[in-house]
Formats: sequence, C-alpha cells, structure tokens
Amino acid sequence: MDSSSTIEKIITWMPSLLEASKITLLLTLASVSAALVLSIFLALGKILRVHNRNVPRPLLLLKETGTSAVRWLCSAYIFVFRGTPLLIQLYFIYYTLPKINPAMNIKDRFTAAWIAFSLNIAAYLAEIIRAAIQSIHKGQLEASHALGLSYAQTMRLVVLPQAYRRMVPPVCNEFVMVLKDTSLVSIIALCDLSFQTQKIASARASAVVYIPALVIYLIMTAIFTVTFHLIEKKLAVRE
Amino acid sequence: MEAILRTENLNKHFGSLHVLRDINLTVNQGDVICIVGPSGAGKSTLLRALNQLEDIQSGKIFIDGQLFLHRARGKTLRSVKTKEHKKLLLEMGMVFQSFNLFPHKTALENVMLAPMKVKGFSTEQAKARAQALLEQVGLGDKGDSYPSKLSGGQQQRVAIARALAMDPRIMLFDEPTSALDPELVGDVLGVMKNLAESGMTMLVVTHEMGFAREAADRVLFMCDGVIAEDASPEQLFTNPQNPRTQQFLSSIL
Repeated sequence: MDSSSTIEKIITWMPSLLEASKITLLLTLASVSAALVLSIFLALGKILRVHNRNVPRPLLLLKETGTSAVRWLCSAYIFVFRGTPLLIQLYFIYYTLPKINPAMNIKDRFTAAWIAFSLNIAAYLAEIIRAAIQSIHKGQLEASHALGLSYAQTMRLVVLPQAYRRMVPPVCNEFVMVLKDTSLVSIIALCDLSFQTQKIASARASAVVYIPALVIYLIMTAIFTVTFHLIEKKLAVRE
Repeated sequence: MEAILRTENLNKHFGSLHVLRDINLTVNQGDVICIVGPSGAGKSTLLRALNQLEDIQSGKIFIDGQLFLHRARGKTLRSVKTKEHKKLLLEMGMVFQSFNLFPHKTALENVMLAPMKVKGFSTEQAKARAQALLEQVGLGDKGDSYPSKLSGGQQQRVAIARALAMDPRIMLFDEPTSALDPELVGDVLGVMKNLAESGMTMLVVTHEMGFAREAADRVLFMCDGVIAEDASPEQLFTNPQNPRTQQFLSSIL
C-alpha cells in the first residue's frame, strides 16, 4: 500500500465524510434531547401514585383508576420500545406506517430516523430517570411534605434537581451508544457517516475509508465524554 | 381552653405489629412535652402519624379543636377540604433525626423555599425572614453555605429555621440530636430551649434526659405502643410510678 497516495485519498474523501458526520451528530443530539423530555414524563408516569388521598371515596377510586392507567401505559411503552430492535422500529416507521395509513408517510428520512430514535431512546432514558428519582432519599419527600409542598412541587423543586446529577453518567453513556447506533439509518438511505463510508468503500473498492470513519467516530465520542465529564465536575461541587 | 392538639384512640399497625395502641394525647398551647422510652416503643411513629407521614389505621386527630383526621379500619371517614387540610398540616413543623435539608440549595434557600412556594411570599420577604430565622438559630453568617459544608449541628439548626419559616404553632422534633456528634448536641438543644422559652408548643422525641428534665413541662414515657406514664419531669425522673418507667430509667442512668 502506497502511503502517500493513501493519505491523499483520505484527504479527498474528508469533505464528504465530515458532511455526513454532521448528520450523525445532529441525529444523536436531536434524538437524545427529544427523548430526555419524553422520558421524564414516562418516568414520572411509571411511578405515579395518588398523593392526596384526603378526598371523598368515589373521587379517590377515580383517581386510583386514573393513576394506575397512566402507570400501565408508561410501563407498556417502555416494554414495547425496549423489547424490540431499533432496526425494526426504524423500518416500521419509515416503510410500514405509510402502508397502514398514507397520512403517516414521513417522507423526510432525517425526520423518520429522528422519530424512531427518540421514541426508542426515551424508553431507556425513562428507566435511568426513574432509578435516579427513586434513589433520592425518602427523607427529602418527608421534609417536603412537612413543609406543605405538593407532590408536583416536590418533584420539580426538590427531587428532580437532585436526580439530574445522578443521571449525568448514564445519560453520557446513552449519548455514546446512540452515536454509534445511528449507523442503522443507512437502511433508510439517510446519508450519515456510516452510509457515506460504505458508499465510498464500494464506489472506490477501497477499504481504507474505514480508517478515517473510525477516527471521526472516536473524535465525536470524545466530544461527548469530555463535555459530560465537565458537567459532572461542575454539578458535583455542591454535593 | 381548647387543646392545640388532641388525639383520640390512635392505632397504627405495621403488619402484625401493633405500634400505637389507643393513644390519647392532649397538648395545650405552650406545652413542651418530651417523649422518652425504649426504641420500638412507637415514639417516632406517633410523631410521624400526627403530621401524616404515617397512615394510622384508626383514630382521630384534632388541631385547634378542628377535626384534622378521622380514620377507622384503615379508611378515612371524614375528610377536610384539601386547602383546609394543608392549613392544619402546616400548624405543625417537623424536625427530623437526619435533618433532611435540601442538599442542592443553600441554607438560606432551604429556609426560603416553602414560604415562597407554599405561602406565596416574594423573594425579598422570604429572604428577610429566612435571614432573621438563621440569626435566631445562630447561623446568620452561614446563609450562603450548602448543607454539605455545614456540621451536623449546624444542619439541624438550619432545619429548625426551615420548619419555623412556615410559622407553625406546634413543633415536632423526632430525635433531633440522635444523629449528632456529642459535642454538637449542645448547640441544637440550646436553640430548642430558647424556642421553648419563647412559648412555642413543642413535642420532642428524645434520648436527652437532661433536656427533658430541664426544658419539659411534661414527660411521656412510651412503651410497647402505649403512653405508660405522663408526668412532670420532676415526678417522672425522681419518682416514677410505672414499673416499666422505673426499669427504663434504671437501665439508662
């Protein structure tokens, strides 16, 4: 292998690889962000109970039925999205949904991938968040109760701000995993880094292109790792 | 005069364990009552049942003559309107053995939080009040410290200030000094003594017999879920009537 011509080749591929990396990075960021929002609701839904039991019996029964329905729905969501492969979920959203109902035809590949990834990641993040919430000492809830804070206020002002800190390492982990899982989008021909790498590899019949691809993935992973390390350090100061 | 807090036949079971048995307790305005007794006697459970951290199976709780809670066979019989219920709940301030300060908030923010979010105080109002309360507990210069930077005794004093910020009429103390290093106990007891002298109604579960003897108007001896003896500290410590009290006191002294 002639090393100088190899480097030259890699340099000529770089612009298209970097362009494709943008899609990878953007999809990762957009999916995990949307999933974070969705997963907070899923996590809170999964642990929802009737907190103010001091109501007339019929209303209490209604509230209990309502909360158990919410709990069941959230658990079912998590079960379905964690229990099936992301690859098939992606196929389903891009190819099957339009067959079921033409109105659900998501033509934009990025949007379809974003939806599939967000829905899937939310199921995993919900469990991370639930675990973080439930790891907060019971005394925090008791103190909030004694001070007259409502359940919603207790969650928003006392529990979640503490849970965020505990979520940082597993969420970073999730980012890194998603970054690599985005390579699945080649199956709907969305031009991410893996797809572009494959294209170059087959068009030029050159396996060398996998080297810059690996390096770019590592650099992106490093960006997430370093960022989260800084966040973790900053949040840890007060504990 | 109507009792500020009264219970009628409170019963609480943990599974097959009957931890509170027909507790009838009357607390008058300004009373400082210490509850002593062996562990497992139901002292903490009684305190926690009063402000509904534990559900009771049956019994009635009256606050200021108003029925706050009435349960029978594990069901709530009479329910006060939510707003009224919260108002009565806030007549009681609670101080925990493990302080339970909010670790992500400074001392000042810990004290400010509930007045702002529950009572609708403005930031300025809440801040001025919180600062005054921190000064009252001797921590006027610690407002900007996070709990992790405070000693146990200081944390507990912030917790007392935080409870006082809601203007309760009764303060419940659940073993407030049990988690503290011996040399830090005095500061916390000092704050509690001042509070007692200022006329606050207090219900204190404690193992500090010195404090009970000095600050209490009445001492309750609890054992196996009942109030076995209810007397003045003088009477209870020097001339206990119940054999269980005698046994307990001789075992700790």
